[in-house]
Amino acid sequence: MNFVAIKMLVGDRARYLGILMGLTFASLLITQQASIFEGLMARTYGFITDTGLPDIWVMDKKVLMIEDIKPLQDTMLYRVRGVEGVDWAMPLYKGLLKARLDNGSFQTCHVIGLDDATLVGGPGTMVEGRLEDLRRADSVIVDIVGAEGKLARPAEKAGGDKIPIKVGDTLELNDHRAIVVGICRTTRTFQSQPVIYTTYSRATLFAPQERKLLSFVLVKAKAGENQAEVCRRIEAATGLAAYTQQGFKDLTYDYFMKYTGIPINFGIAVLLGFIVGTAIAGQTFFNFTVDNIKYFAALKAMGARDSQLLGMILLQAMIVGAIGWGIGVGAASLFGFLLRDTELSFLLTWKLLVISGCAIMVICTLSALLSIRTVMRAEPAIVFKG
Amino acid sequence: MVETATEIAVSCAGVTKAYGSGQARVTALRGIDLEVRQGELLMLVGPSGCGKTTLISVIAGILDHDDGECRVFGEDLKAMSGSRRTRFRGDNIGFVFQQFNLIPTLTIAENVAVPLLIAGVSRREAVGRGRDLLNRVAIGDRWTALPSKLSGGQQQRVAIARALVHNPRLIVCDEPTSSLDHETGHKVMELMREVAAGDGRSLVVVTHDSRIFEFADRIARMDDGRIVSVTEKA
Repeated sequence: MNFVAIKMLVGDRARYLGILMGLTFASLLITQQASIFEGLMARTYGFITDTGLPDIWVMDKKVLMIEDIKPLQDTMLYRVRGVEGVDWAMPLYKGLLKARLDNGSFQTCHVIGLDDATLVGGPGTMVEGRLEDLRRADSVIVDIVGAEGKLARPAEKAGGDKIPIKVGDTLELNDHRAIVVGICRTTRTFQSQPVIYTTYSRATLFAPQERKLLSFVLVKAKAGENQAEVCRRIEAATGLAAYTQQGFKDLTYDYFMKYTGIPINFGIAVLLGFIVGTAIAGQTFFNFTVDNIKYFAALKAMGARDSQLLGMILLQAMIVGAIGWGIGVGAASLFGFLLRDTELSFLLTWKLLVISGCAIMVICTLSALLSIRTVMRAEPAIVFKG
Repeated sequence: MVETATEIAVSCAGVTKAYGSGQARVTALRGIDLEVRQGELLMLVGPSGCGKTTLISVIAGILDHDDGECRVFGEDLKAMSGSRRTRFRGDNIGFVFQQFNLIPTLTIAENVAVPLLIAGVSRREAVGRGRDLLNRVAIGDRWTALPSKLSGGQQQRVAIARALVHNPRLIVCDEPTSSLDHETGHKVMELMREVAAGDGRSLVVVTHDSRIFEFADRIARMDDGRIVSVTEKA
């Protein structure tokens, strides 16, 4: 009876396309909004992703996420280095400093100070220049989005394009001269400030004078060491908090999930997609069944068992579900691909595919249940009603 | 399946059926006594609302009667479980409907094959046997056509082929000619006599079309839920 079910479904083009449209829309909206949400959330820990070399991040116990800087005493670096299982430990400065622009205005920038000797924690991709150039006097490396955007120089004539800062240009950071020696590419972060890399000692020079300036200690565990165990040892020895890279990402992710309205805003959009999809697909599928009720009744009269009719309806629901989900996910992927070079945050993971697939399956099951109830309750005797 | 010693396909004794309850209660059958012999074409005739359709629904096992007894090939359908009755219908009864009820998105060969598909026959074999039946009802050359491409008479031929494809012992027909013009209706009834009413198969035809009475072996007249007369063919 499977092929009868399939031909009944696809033969009724208008209804078939209507059901598909509803499911495609639901799948698209659920996948797309969830992917944007994931992309946005991935930006919250973009800096951790970019700083890929260390295994462990050490920080003050009160730190809630990557942007929540609670400076440490420089001596903490040496205490961490003395913990068993630590291969190396490097300082990292991370802070917001004001850069004075050519037009006299100020722009707040993320300034990252890397260990002077090793430059551990530097940007992954250099667009122009070399990371080692940071060893030159007053040198800084600027991220390309900042260089072309908020740090760009004013246009030479009114209405013209801004002029991106380039290697050799100078900046004024907290009244200190800084020379751009490179342009890098970083993962977009949740904040939109430009990112400026320099050495740790220079960053602490740029920064306002405070007793504590060490933001994080970046740690590499010795080969074969259990990272979680090394974290535990660091915490026990120093009284600081230590997280694996993934652990620190999770901490940041959880913070934004808990303390911002992002999840509920996107959750509403996803829920809307689910409800609209259920309404359109469910209603159309139900109408399709009602329109075919006399044929289902005729099949009943001719000896079709309830299980056969149930199988037919479930098969129809699963077919439209699979196709609608596929088209919706494909469209969402295309959307993300076409806008990959824009400001859009879009991250489509396999988990989202599973979630949207499950959501579509629930929609199809609900639709099918309505239809099944109608078919099961249909009296075969209605076939004799002209 | 239990074979009876007699040649009676269907026997109804004191069958009653009412719809609704209280003041809205309508009695459709008021003690029907009727026998349908094996191999005969019995017509149930009478005015609209006299209970003809209710009676064939009871005989076909798609509607439960309230009182009395109705046996089909010796089996009391009312006493059967729902699934057993469904299987019994699938094995023993063919249907021809007034509105044909051909699935519009299936070809006519596939429509004819439906009872076999329900019985679990493979698609290839079922459609093949469907084509054979279409040849017997003289429409085999159009086996790939959709029902909407056929005239009313041709669609009814397809419906007859569908009723026969699984070789049932009883065929119930509800107003098979009411949607057809006189000439086409006549041809359809000729076909029913030639093809359907053979091999000891019984046909119960509900109709109020007096132009086809000549095809009946017996005519049972109904009025107000009762059989008022049964006349043999002259």
